[in-house]
Amino acid sequence: MYFHWKLNLYVILLVLIFVVPFYIGYFVVSNIRLLQRQRLLFACMVWFTFMYFFWKLGDPFPILSPKHGILSIEQLISRVGVIGVTLMALLSGFGAVNCPYTYMSYFLRNVTDGDILALERRLLQTMDMIVSKKKRIAMTRRQMYQRGEDQNKQTGFWGMIKSVTSTQSGSENLSLIQQEVDALEELSRQLFLETVDLQSTKERIEYSKTFQGKYFNFLGYFFSIYCVWKIFMATINIVFDRVGKTDPVTRGIEITVNYLGIQFDVKFWSQHISFILVGIIIVTSIRGLLITLTKFFYAISSSKSSNVIVLVLAQIMGMYFVSSVLLMRMSMPLEYRSIVTEVLGELQFNFYHRWFDVIFLVSALSSILFLYLAHKQAPEKHMAL
Amino acid sequence: MASLDRVKVLVLGDSGVGKSSLVHLLCQNQVLGNPSWTVGCSVDVRIHDYKEGTPEEKTFYIELWDVGGSVGSASSLKSTRAVFYNSVNGIILVHDLTNKKSSQNLYRWSLEALNRDSSPTGVIVSNGDYDREQFAENPVPLLLIGTKFDQIPESKRSEVLTRTAFLSEDFLAEEINLVIEKRYFTRDPSPVRLSFYLLF
Repeated sequence: MYFHWKLNLYVILLVLIFVVPFYIGYFVVSNIRLLQRQRLLFACMVWFTFMYFFWKLGDPFPILSPKHGILSIEQLISRVGVIGVTLMALLSGFGAVNCPYTYMSYFLRNVTDGDILALERRLLQTMDMIVSKKKRIAMTRRQMYQRGEDQNKQTGFWGMIKSVTSTQSGSENLSLIQQEVDALEELSRQLFLETVDLQSTKERIEYSKTFQGKYFNFLGYFFSIYCVWKIFMATINIVFDRVGKTDPVTRGIEITVNYLGIQFDVKFWSQHISFILVGIIIVTSIRGLLITLTKFFYAISSSKSSNVIVLVLAQIMGMYFVSSVLLMRMSMPLEYRSIVTEVLGELQFNFYHRWFDVIFLVSALSSILFLYLAHKQAPEKHMAL
Repeated sequence: MASLDRVKVLVLGDSGVGKSSLVHLLCQNQVLGNPSWTVGCSVDVRIHDYKEGTPEEKTFYIELWDVGGSVGSASSLKSTRAVFYNSVNGIILVHDLTNKKSSQNLYRWSLEALNRDSSPTGVIVSNGDYDREQFAENPVPLLLIGTKFDQIPESKRSEVLTRTAFLSEDFLAEEINLVIEKRYFTRDPSPVRLSFYLLF
């Protein structure tokens, strides 16, 4: 039974635990020049270290019952699940807070063209200052070089003293100007980033005035209610140590049926709606994850590390997928939960849900704090200009 | 240092092709030890004696403006970058010989820089398609530089050279291949080996 489920699961686990980490180790080792000769050997060593830490991961968590053997599937899935669930909770927490913040235009600061022009002018002025200082440095260096040639011709005691004093003053001057240049370059980078920030805010304001923008704004309000509800539920689950018995869609439909007295075939509709919702949740969360990761990795990629980055991405995606199968269990109607339970083996599912709630709450609260600070800090910066 | 003597040259190209290394090499006569991602624009200055040795000798400061980023960046990044494209006297386009995409992106880079130059309102006129005519009447001289030639294995070098020949044809350029030997540098490890092709 459930042959395809199990086949897929085994293959994914194989890839996640054996193939990808080994490949990552291989590429990392290839990048280090010293170890070029015995790449395979060192790659194997890296892989064994990875397996050791992976195994150790299982110890602090109450995820296994003792009747499982050491090489059973449950051992592997439980560990992969822990990592994946942590990751998912972190991202969901951040996403749950960031999503309404991004979509709702209430949070958009007011940016005028004049602000942008003023910043651009400042940026260009800073660049001009950097240029003039660098010209001075170049000219001074050239003069020192020319004088240095003359100095070399001077011999004797006085010649040596003269050369020491004049070059010293020249180089002191140079290092002073160089320090000023470094400070100005740092300033120019900051100004550039601020200008980019203002430009993107201005574009978002323009976008929000369009029809599409208004639609997303409305979605933003809707999502924010959903996110607040999720945070609330996570808190309640932890405080009251409760585990949900029925999934939200079935409960929602039951409530509708009881209050409105409409005749619904609860089973039929709950099954379909919950699957659609679960599908949407997984697709949007994976899409959100990929977009965030892409932005992050785009910033740090280079020709050397691109292989490693792609593999790390694959690893993260794989773990994310396995754990979303795990967590999906909560959102499914009762009869389907047994399928997941059977395929994944006997894991302590309650632990995972609890762990997810904890990390989700922590992540959501810290991202609220973080966004609040970032939002407060930005208008102050512009007021100072 | 009057503003009349100001010579501003843009150095454009994809991320990671070696623009910062190139600029550092030209201005400091040294190989850049720790290249890192350029945020915004970094400027460096080179002193050049124009018509050296003749009575018309004049000293110029050539400002090399190394603008970071890629052609596919967000539009906010592009419109901010456009600030640097004012009153440009020349453009150096850098591409990576080991990376075909960077050569293809050069068209878009040149369009981005030139369009900003010609239209004071900053509106991009073309739809991104490449048009040779635009380069025919273009008053700004372009210099095309291909980097990392030494990282190409011997077998593929002729293929790369044919590709660059096509590239210079597209830009209506003359091609001069100049290989700078390693001995030129004071420091040893894998310097940037340049082959220049000059455009008029």
